[in-house]
Order: sequence, then C-alpha cells, then structure tokens
Amino acid sequence: MSFREEHELHKRRFGRNLGLGLVLAGFVALIFGLTVAKVTDDDFMVPTQQQEGK
Amino acid sequence: MSDASLNTASQAAAAQTGEAGFRDFFALLKPRVMTLVVFTALVGLLAAPVAVHPVVGLAAILFIAVGGGAAGALNMWWESDIDAVMKRTAKRPIPAGKVSRDEAFAFGITLAVFSVVMLWLATNALAAAILAFTIFFYVVIYTIGLKRWTPQNIVIGGAAGAFPPMIGWAAATGTVSIESVLMFALIFMWTPPHFWALALFMRGDYDTAGVPMLTVTHGRKSTRMHILVYTVLLAIMAIGAAFTGIGGPVYLGVALVFNALFLRDAVAIWRRDEDQAEADNYRVEKRAFRLSLWYLFAHFTAILAEAALSGFGLGGWA
Repeated sequence: MSFREEHELHKRRFGRNLGLGLVLAGFVALIFGLTVAKVTDDDFMVPTQQQEGK
Repeated sequence: MSDASLNTASQAAAAQTGEAGFRDFFALLKPRVMTLVVFTALVGLLAAPVAVHPVVGLAAILFIAVGGGAAGALNMWWESDIDAVMKRTAKRPIPAGKVSRDEAFAFGITLAVFSVVMLWLATNALAAAILAFTIFFYVVIYTIGLKRWTPQNIVIGGAAGAFPPMIGWAAATGTVSIESVLMFALIFMWTPPHFWALALFMRGDYDTAGVPMLTVTHGRKSTRMHILVYTVLLAIMAIGAAFTGIGGPVYLGVALVFNALFLRDAVAIWRRDEDQAEADNYRVEKRAFRLSLWYLFAHFTAILAEAALSGFGLGGWA
C-alpha cells in the first residue's frame, strides 16, 4: 500500500475533518483580529508602561 | 468510480457504523435555540451605552453562542433517555445513534470551558462569569435538577435563556445594570407562556417521557390559566419597560401592539377547553406559540432601534 493511498476512514471522515479545519482556520483569524483590535486600542499599554504607570 | 459515488459510499458506511458527521456535532449545539441566544446577546451588546470594537463584539457574540451551544450539548447528553421517547426530539444526534453520550459530554464540557475562557480574554471577567453561571444553571439546576422534579421547571429554567442579553451588556460595559436586568426579566417572563403553549399542542410527548410538565401534573385547564396569568404579568412588565432606559416611543408602540395580540391569544386559550382545541387541531395554541416568537423578536428589535436612534439624539424619551 502506497503512502498516498487514502484509507476508507479518510473518505468517511472527510466532511467532519473539513468542517473542523474550517472552524480552526476561522478561530485563528478571529484571534488575529482580536489581537489587532486590542493592541491598536487607545487604552493599550505594554507591560513595561503599565509598571511605570503604577 | 466518481467522486459522487465515493461520497455516497462513504456516507452509507458512516450511516452503517453510526459515525457522526460535522453536521451531527453542530446539531448538538441546538442551532435554533442558538439563534435566539445570538440575537438577544447582540441586542444587549449594541444597546449598551459603550462603543465596542466590531471584532471584539463579534468575538463576544461568537463565544456567547458557543457557550449556549455547549449547554445545549450537555442538556442532550443528560436527557438522551427522554429525547428518545419524545417525537419532537427522537431525531436528535444521540437518540438517532449518530453521537454517543460520552462524545456529547466531552464535546459539551470542552466547549463550555473554551467559551468561558475565551469570553474572559476577549472582553472581561464579569461577562465570562455570567456565561459560566448560565451554563451551570441550564445544565445542573434546570436539566439535572428541576426538569424532572417540579412542574415549575419552565419558570425557573427560563432564567437560563434570559441571561444572554445580560452577558452581551456586561461584555460591553463590564457591569450589570437596571437595563440589562430588564432585558433579562423580559425573556424570563416570556418563557412560561411561550413554552406552555407548545406543551398544550405537543400533546402526549411529555406524558410519555414522564417529565412533570404543568400539563401533566396540574392538567390542561390549569395550564391555560397559568398562560393567561403569566401573559398579563409579562404585558405589565414589557409595557412598563417602555418608560425606562431601554424604552422610548418606538418600543412603546411595539410593546402595545404585541402585548395586545399576545393577551388576545392568552384569553382565547383560557376560554377554550380541550374539546374545542382538538376540534380545530389546536389552532389558537399554535397561533399563540408562533406569535410568541415574533413577540420576543419585535421587543428586542425595538430596544435595538431605540439604542440606534439615541445615536442621532432621537432615542428614548429625552
């Protein structure tokens, strides 16, 4: 059996794996977007600034 | 062999082994209930007097929805025995043999923890704490505790469905205020007449499952009276809310129309007996149930409209 040959299990679970893959990709995009939103917020301070502000 | 036939063969194999697809796991999240959670949480978030970054708002709504879905999955895990004997729920993933109880439990717990932690990171600790309490309340207090024990299950359990706008508001403001409590109260008071109308025409399902629904323990005549009493209390609360921070002329107009319609149906339900209801196949009860869905949608849309108008200096009574 060659390495590239698909197991029956892969075919059977294709929909589930595709769905999970898309959800994970969406999650990565969301976390990236959240990071950008938080870092560009006016109230955002890096930890060193926070310490100086104390 | 074509792709289509390969897919058909793999679907057939999946059906034979009872293996769950992506759709089955999605169904565990109770997507129809989730739409209500998303909508009311969104109104709570947007009606708050604090601007939220769109990405943060999107993330908050998404994590609230996932938390609500996780509670739904855990509810299905615990209730798979009664789901199997009720016509309305017999096709859910667990009784249908697509997802095992253990899988549903693992899926629900994982998503519950994930949603609370992520909501905390995306917004604040208070919103995450209310979400955690909502999941706990729905799964432990309502599903495991009250549902099979008291006919008031719907009244108390309705609180779980009432929390989303409060979570949305807390995600934006970091506080709980009178406005968010009013939105909570609106859903809390709406749930019993909404669900009892359903219980009247889903005749037999709850009897079979042995769930102490009001229709079973106190009879259908008493249930009709309960619907009327709760609808009157709901109307007083809903119309009264027009004169608070979430209300205004638009909300008042919507509340007057929809409460008049809902009261009309509640009175009609109260005046009918079972013979009349069976004769027209529960026409009035079904109409009241459909109306109740529009009722909630209209009230929250009006709250949102008032908040949007206030951006132009037009909302509320000022």
